[in-house]
Amino acid sequence: MAMSPAVPRAMPARWQDYLQLMKPRVMSLVIFTAITGMICANAPINPILGAVAVLCIAVGAGASASLNMWFDADIDAKMRRTRGRPVPAGRVQSADALALGVVLSMFSVMLLGMTVNWLAAGLLAFTIFFYAVVYTMWLKRSTPQNIVIGGLAGALPPVIGWAAATGSVPLNAWLLCAIIFMWTPAHFWALSLYTSEDYAKAGVPMMPVTAGPASTRKQILIYSILFVPFCLAPVLTGLGGAPYLAVSALGGAVFLILAWRVFKSRSGEAPDERQDDGLYDVKAGSKDARNLFAFSILYLTLLFATLLAEHLLGVAPMGAVL
Amino acid sequence: MSDPNLESPEAARARRGRNIALALGLGLFVVLVFVVTLVRLGANVAQRPF
Repeated sequence: MAMSPAVPRAMPARWQDYLQLMKPRVMSLVIFTAITGMICANAPINPILGAVAVLCIAVGAGASASLNMWFDADIDAKMRRTRGRPVPAGRVQSADALALGVVLSMFSVMLLGMTVNWLAAGLLAFTIFFYAVVYTMWLKRSTPQNIVIGGLAGALPPVIGWAAATGSVPLNAWLLCAIIFMWTPAHFWALSLYTSEDYAKAGVPMMPVTAGPASTRKQILIYSILFVPFCLAPVLTGLGGAPYLAVSALGGAVFLILAWRVFKSRSGEAPDERQDDGLYDVKAGSKDARNLFAFSILYLTLLFATLLAEHLLGVAPMGAVL
Repeated sequence: MSDPNLESPEAARARRGRNIALALGLGLFVVLVFVVTLVRLGANVAQRPF
């Protein structure tokens, strides 16, 4: 009896591949902003319930990332930055990524609702839905405003943290959300100025692909001018103190200078010939965009870290005017 | 000729790692539910009239 030829069996995924599906670096940022929201609320919360809330918010973010990787596997495979992700690289089956995303979404929302409160759980459910369905399935492939509107998903974790601590979402919670929301366009468009070839290849209508680099540089400057006042606003609403004022004002000035340099530069004009997947190694023409991208991360981190430190150390706010 | 249905050592290692991670996750979930139950109900149980 003739034996059938051996069919190579697919290599089973390692647990690290499933962890990678949840975008652990994004999760760490979500944890940081959610904790900031929770601490800034100045409300006593049982530390165990606070830790459970943070865990649920982080797992919810991981679930939406998994759903994103499931749906976007086709375009991820075409881009240098994302082609090594578990699904396009063939290490995890597409259906497994979907299952992980759905199960963890339900787990995180239900656990947050049953253990902390349903307002926080509802906001978490909305965030997952907004990122996975509104941004990933709809906006990302259909409009250059994708990251502007989709940025709301990344901006909501401090609001969820605040809701978990207090059961309410006052103006200051939404102010933290607005800071991240207004930060997103300049941050992502600076990155996409020197990775636009990848986006064009994948058919993703990022701003530099559809409107061109010059228009993108102008919009980065406009959004930066709109963004900095939002960073200063917590001083007027009784959220930030003198250290926050110093950090937000100085950092805001640097942010505007870097945005102006991007505007005056030719970032994104010449084709990007990078061969690696790094986000920071760019050719000379796009260095201004790279600088703004890198500083935008540092600035947002400093803003939230300062607010967090002020509230943990009991630094008095400047006094609410609004 | 090697049996195509036999699992390679590398594949077995990956499966074992996944199973351990899943077991730890489930164990953590059980502990989490137990601790949260104590926190949520503990105070009320301590104050109930006998």
